[in-house]
Amino acid sequence: MNSCMERLYNGIIKENPTFVLSLGMCSTLAITTSAINGIGMGLATTVVLALSNAMISLLRNVIPDSVRMPSYIVIVATFVTVVQFLLQGFVPSLYNALGIYIPLIVVNCIILGRAESYASKNPVLESLFDGIGMGLGFTLGITGVGVIRELIGSGSIFGVPIIPLADASAGKAGYEPITIFVLAPGAFFVLAGLIVVINSFKRTDRRKGRQGSLICDEESCFTCTNWACPENKNDNKPEYVIKKEALLQKAQGGRNS
Amino acid sequence: MKTLIVILISSAIVNNVVLSQFLGLCPFLGVSSQIKTAAGMGAAVIFVITLSSLVTSTIYSTILYPEYDYLQTIVFILVIAALVQLVELVLKKYMHSLYKALGVYLPLITTNCAVLGVALKNVTNSYNIIESTVNGFATAVGFTIAIVMMAGIREKMAYNDVDHAFRGKPIVLVTAGLMAMAFFGFSGLIG
Repeated sequence: MNSCMERLYNGIIKENPTFVLSLGMCSTLAITTSAINGIGMGLATTVVLALSNAMISLLRNVIPDSVRMPSYIVIVATFVTVVQFLLQGFVPSLYNALGIYIPLIVVNCIILGRAESYASKNPVLESLFDGIGMGLGFTLGITGVGVIRELIGSGSIFGVPIIPLADASAGKAGYEPITIFVLAPGAFFVLAGLIVVINSFKRTDRRKGRQGSLICDEESCFTCTNWACPENKNDNKPEYVIKKEALLQKAQGGRNS
Repeated sequence: MKTLIVILISSAIVNNVVLSQFLGLCPFLGVSSQIKTAAGMGAAVIFVITLSSLVTSTIYSTILYPEYDYLQTIVFILVIAALVQLVELVLKKYMHSLYKALGVYLPLITTNCAVLGVALKNVTNSYNIIESTVNGFATAVGFTIAIVMMAGIREKMAYNDVDHAFRGKPIVLVTAGLMAMAFFGFSGLIG
């Protein structure tokens, strides 16, 4: 049981997908116009993540290595479709608010990333809890973004008015909502602000000794630094990467000798 | 013809796929540090999204609709993944120069949510096959515009002294936010 608790802690705090790993940015930015959408999306993703992690872990010795990605995608897409119909049937308002972003859970980097890096190598129970932990971490992250955007952009949280709004016709003084925060640009600004806050708490040399991907930025999408990254296939390496690697090797060799 | 032009302008500029719909953010943030690689990525995305819109909407209208449309997510994602592999193989065998230019970016595109997003949008907007293809092409052009502009800004930004907390992702997100605000200016273009 201890390892399961460790998985939960890992997902929610240590490797929080939104703030630490920067995964699943599409839905983080797109649907967080209000806190309730954030929770809905987060929980939908959690369910998909937990179930697909468990299923992939169950099948990890059956799926041949060469077709693992398509198999994972089919498993994930199946659960996403199930969740989509459940939402449509039982919470139609949320279903309408999230719209196209529900089926897009399939391509959320968190899910394939966890399938590849955790569920395909670990036992079922741990994988299930890894999925729940990561999902809750994601829920926490996007609900946080949603709360901030809703508070600044419309003066309420979960639809409950928090700051008294100004009402010009009644001559009432109060808070003038900054509407840009519930529109597209606000999403970028809020996320940037949150990462700045986190960065200023982190030590700057935290990635010492780890050499990131050369095509993609170090902190960009998980899938880039993982299975999809062309750098993992030698014959695909572009020229400038080969040059860069040669330079890096030279520099390191020089330091060692 | 008129509807096609409206789709073209609205998908490429007014409802820009990255800046107003947040699709394809991974490559937008990840592969935008040099104009050259950004343009390569953009070209690969135009190629793949146009092709996948054509294929997915053909499959949807001939096979899936109306009985099996609950299968759309599964079918689309598999078709897109297979298509990307196929394109990679064909280019490698027959068009080696094009493969050299786009090849690196192709595997990254499967997980680009813009590809699946466009396929699903074509269905929700009930576009026919031609409209879907135009919509796919326009969306991808919009993506390319955004990522190349971002790369241009980032190349200049490399010379600036950015505070350490803002370095990396945050400053790129702030830039993207400002670009999104600028793109709001287009929203009056189509009534």
